[in-house]
Amino acid sequence: MTTVSIVGGSGYGGGEALRLLLDHPNVEVKQVTSRSHMGEFVYQVHPNLRKRTQLKFSDPLQLEPVDILFLAQPHGEAQHHINEYAKLAPKIVDLAADFRLHDATVYEKWYGEQHAAPEWLNKFVYGLPELHRAELAAANYVSGVGCNATASNLALLPLVKADLIDKDAPIIIEIKVGSSEGGAEGNSASHHPERASVIRTFSPFGHRHTAEVIQEMSVTNVSLTMTSVDLVRGVLATVHAKVKAGVMTKDLWKAYRSAANENPFIRIVKEQRGIYRVPEPKILAGSNYADLGFDLDESNGHIVSMCAIDNLMKGAAGSAIQCMNLMMGWDETLGLEFAGLHPI
Amino acid sequence: MSTVSCPECAADVKLEAGTEVGEIIVCPDCGVDLEVTALSPATIQLAPMEQEDWGE
Repeated sequence: MTTVSIVGGSGYGGGEALRLLLDHPNVEVKQVTSRSHMGEFVYQVHPNLRKRTQLKFSDPLQLEPVDILFLAQPHGEAQHHINEYAKLAPKIVDLAADFRLHDATVYEKWYGEQHAAPEWLNKFVYGLPELHRAELAAANYVSGVGCNATASNLALLPLVKADLIDKDAPIIIEIKVGSSEGGAEGNSASHHPERASVIRTFSPFGHRHTAEVIQEMSVTNVSLTMTSVDLVRGVLATVHAKVKAGVMTKDLWKAYRSAANENPFIRIVKEQRGIYRVPEPKILAGSNYADLGFDLDESNGHIVSMCAIDNLMKGAAGSAIQCMNLMMGWDETLGLEFAGLHPI
Repeated sequence: MSTVSCPECAADVKLEAGTEVGEIIVCPDCGVDLEVTALSPATIQLAPMEQEDWGE
């Protein structure tokens, strides 16, 4: 069995990674660390794991060597300790934003501070298998992905890969997000009477995940607008862009079909009947699928491309486990087969 | 069994043995209704679809 540990396992991302790793047939979870919950059973923080494990949260200072380390700390922690972690494990998967961007100056621009370990940025492969499958198979260090960036990048993927959109025209991405994106630590905005029932545009532009879309899609004229909605899990990214002259609906079908055929967790949702005709995050809770849909106004070339995901799965822990599978040469769907629930 | 191309999305649509002219089949990819207009060679065309109230 391959041994793994999770550093910073009391948050939502770490808890989701633990849920997946406990059921994974090829790994054994050795330690889950937490400074604030040291000594407590992990199920006391992640109640869905009761009777699934008797692990207790460990002291981060007592971390032992393993085959793979998952880092699930708050953003900004891992870059200060990466040299210590690299001595404990030959392979590392970071779920935070510390190593997503390859350029230290770009990191400073979007995160407002200098990177503490810029020499490590180019050692990490961006952890989205749909974009970097071959590199991940040879990687020792894999970054996390931003959940909003993931929904945006996957909504753009068929269009960019088939070179169907005008990259000089503005690309506007409207993103609706659930509350678990905010993490396990509450604040006044997440207080239930304030958060429940909202449709709150909290970031009209300039969100940090924009940097990942620019980096991974090679687009510059792009803007993400973030709106909180009354969901716990889920992201829906709706891209508005302009197709190149002559692009028709059949060309789009070919591009989206190709994306779905090449990637086990991409599905096309574009139905003529029934209730679920377009991608919806609701039915993806707990699953690693990314559902894509699109429509084209052929009279003016306006393309609307949609991607729905579970932010904690395809947008965080699910992609991290998928990356681990690829790094280890295993079937990339291993431990990620859950189809989601309906109704929910 | 013969294969035709969906006029809406260009997916391959298989016509099973026993398919008849005038039969309505559904595209497995985009879900449009297709009317079988001939069998040798096989041809199809978009069939009118009833607009449903989607509840919105």
